[in-house]
Amino acid sequence: MKTLVWVEHDGSAVKDATLAVVTAASKLGEVHLLVAGSGVDAVAKEAAQIAGVGKVHVADNAAFGHNLPENIAPLVAELMASHDAFLAPATTTGKNVAPRVAALLDVMQISEILSVEGPKSFTRPIYAGNAIATVESSDAKLVLTVRGTAFDKAATSGGSGSIEAVSADGDAGISSFVGAEIAKQDRPELTSAKIIVSGGRALGSSEKYEEVIVPLADKLGAALGASRAAVDAGYVPNDYQVGQTGKIVAPQVYFAIGISGAIQHLAGMKDSKTIVAINKDEDAPIFQVADFGLVADLFNAVPELTGKI
Amino acid sequence: MKILVPVKRVLDYNVKPRVKSDGTGVDLANVKMSMNPFDEIGVEEAIRLKEKGVATEIIAVSVGPAKAQETLRTALAMGADRAILVQTDDDVEPLALAKIFKAIADAEQPGLVILGKQAIDGDNNQTGQMLAALTGWAQGTFASAVNVEGDSVNVTREVDGGLETVKLKLPAIVTTDLRLNEPRYASLPNIMKAKSKPLDTKTPADYGVDTAPRVKTVKVSEPPVRSAGVKVADVDELVAKLKALGVHS
Repeated sequence: MKTLVWVEHDGSAVKDATLAVVTAASKLGEVHLLVAGSGVDAVAKEAAQIAGVGKVHVADNAAFGHNLPENIAPLVAELMASHDAFLAPATTTGKNVAPRVAALLDVMQISEILSVEGPKSFTRPIYAGNAIATVESSDAKLVLTVRGTAFDKAATSGGSGSIEAVSADGDAGISSFVGAEIAKQDRPELTSAKIIVSGGRALGSSEKYEEVIVPLADKLGAALGASRAAVDAGYVPNDYQVGQTGKIVAPQVYFAIGISGAIQHLAGMKDSKTIVAINKDEDAPIFQVADFGLVADLFNAVPELTGKI
Repeated sequence: MKILVPVKRVLDYNVKPRVKSDGTGVDLANVKMSMNPFDEIGVEEAIRLKEKGVATEIIAVSVGPAKAQETLRTALAMGADRAILVQTDDDVEPLALAKIFKAIADAEQPGLVILGKQAIDGDNNQTGQMLAALTGWAQGTFASAVNVEGDSVNVTREVDGGLETVKLKLPAIVTTDLRLNEPRYASLPNIMKAKSKPLDTKTPADYGVDTAPRVKTVKVSEPPVRSAGVKVADVDELVAKLKALGVHS
C-alpha cells in the first residue's frame, strides 16, 4: 500500500503531530509525504529526513500558504490517483482538510484512529472516548485522521526521502486568509510537552491562575493547561483547554489542580503516564484516575509544592 | 438569504454512555435523547442572523428515525421557520449525510449551511467539510464568530494555538464550535407555536442517495480503565513520589 501523509508545518518547521502520523502510515505500507505551502524548501528538506520516508511531494504555491482546504483538497485528491491512503493528524488543520479530500474521492473517512488493526481495520474513540469502536473500511482508498498521542513519534533523522515538486492549480478563488491571533508562549506546546500543569475552575480567577499555576509550571519547565470550566470562565485563553473538545494530551506527568475531573476533561488526558491530582473535594472523580492524589486546599498546597520540588 | 441548519438526535450529553454487553454498540434504549449540542449552537446562530436581518428563512433538517421529529420541533420552537425530516432507521454515515444535504441545498439554494462541528455520538467531525467539497463551496469550520458582509462571510475559527479568521465567498458552509454562542431555551408559547410550523417528511431515496454504510463497525468496547493510585498525606510525600519519578526543577 502506498500512503500519502499530510505534513503539518508552520512554514519553517515540521510540527510534531506529523511524526505520529508517519508511524501510523508505516504500519500500512510505503510512506510518502505531502508538504504544501508557500516557500517551504526548508520544511521539505526537514521532512525528507524523517525516518522511513520514501518520497516527499512538495507543492509550493502562495495559495497553499494558509492551509485553506478549498485550495489544498483538490491538490491532495489529484495526488491520491497514485496513492492508496491519505493520512492527516487529528489537529484542527488536519480535521479541516481531510474530510474535504475524502468527499472529493467519494470515500468515508475514518476519524482519529487509535490503532491500526489490519490493512483496512482501525480502532477509534466514539462518545467522547467513552467507547472504542473497531471499524473496517470497504472503500477502495482510505482517508484517515490520526490521534497523535496514540502512536509513537517517528525519528526526525535517518530518513533519505527524495524530494519531488508537484505542480498544482492553486487558488480556487472562494476563500482567503484574513488574520490570526496565535498565542506566543515561551514554553513547550501542550500536545508535545513532557509535563503539563493544568488548572480548573476552583482557582476562581485569572489572577489566581497566574499566581498559583504558572510558577509551578515555570519551575518544572511544563506546559500550561486548563479545564473547559476554567476556559469558559475566562481565566485562560481557549487554546489552553485540555479535553475532548480541546486538546488531547498524554505527557509523562499531568498535574490536575482544582479540576474535578468531568468526563470530557478525562477524555483529553487519561492517557498521561502519571496523573497527579490536587483537590480539596476528596470525592472528586479526578482521584479515580490519579496515580497520586492529594486532598488539600490548592491555594496552600501548590505554592508549597512549588517551593519544595 | 435562506439558512439551512442540519440537526441530529443524539444521546443527551448529560447521560453517561453504556456499551452494550454484546459489543454491538452503545445502549440507546430508554435513555434521554436530545439535539446534538453543536447543532443547537448552529440553530442559535441562524436565529441571530435572522434577528440581524441577514437571514430571511431558517430551514432545519434532520436525517434519522421518526422520533427525530422531536429534535426538529425543538429547532422550530427555538426559531427555525420550517423543517424537513429525511426519515430512515439506518445509521447514516457523514458521507451519505453530506450527499443528502447537498441535494437539499440544490433545491433550497441557501446562502449559508450551519452545522455542528461534530455529533457527540460518532465524533466524526466530517459532515460539514464533506458538504463543502460536494457543493464546491468554501468552509469555515470550528467557528467562534460569524459575520456576513455583502456577498461574503468572515468566520473566526478556533484552531490549535489560538484563533484564525478566513473570508469566504457566499454561499458557504460553517461548522460551529462551543464558544460561538449560548443557545436560547424555547419559551412555552414558542413550543406551542412550533407544533403548527411546517414539517415535511422525505426519505433518502427521494434525494437519490444510497445510505449503505462504507465503514463496518466490527465491535464496540469499553475503553481501558485506569485504576486509581494512592492518596498522599501531604505535600512532602507528594514531592518524594515525584522525585522518585525524576520530576523536579
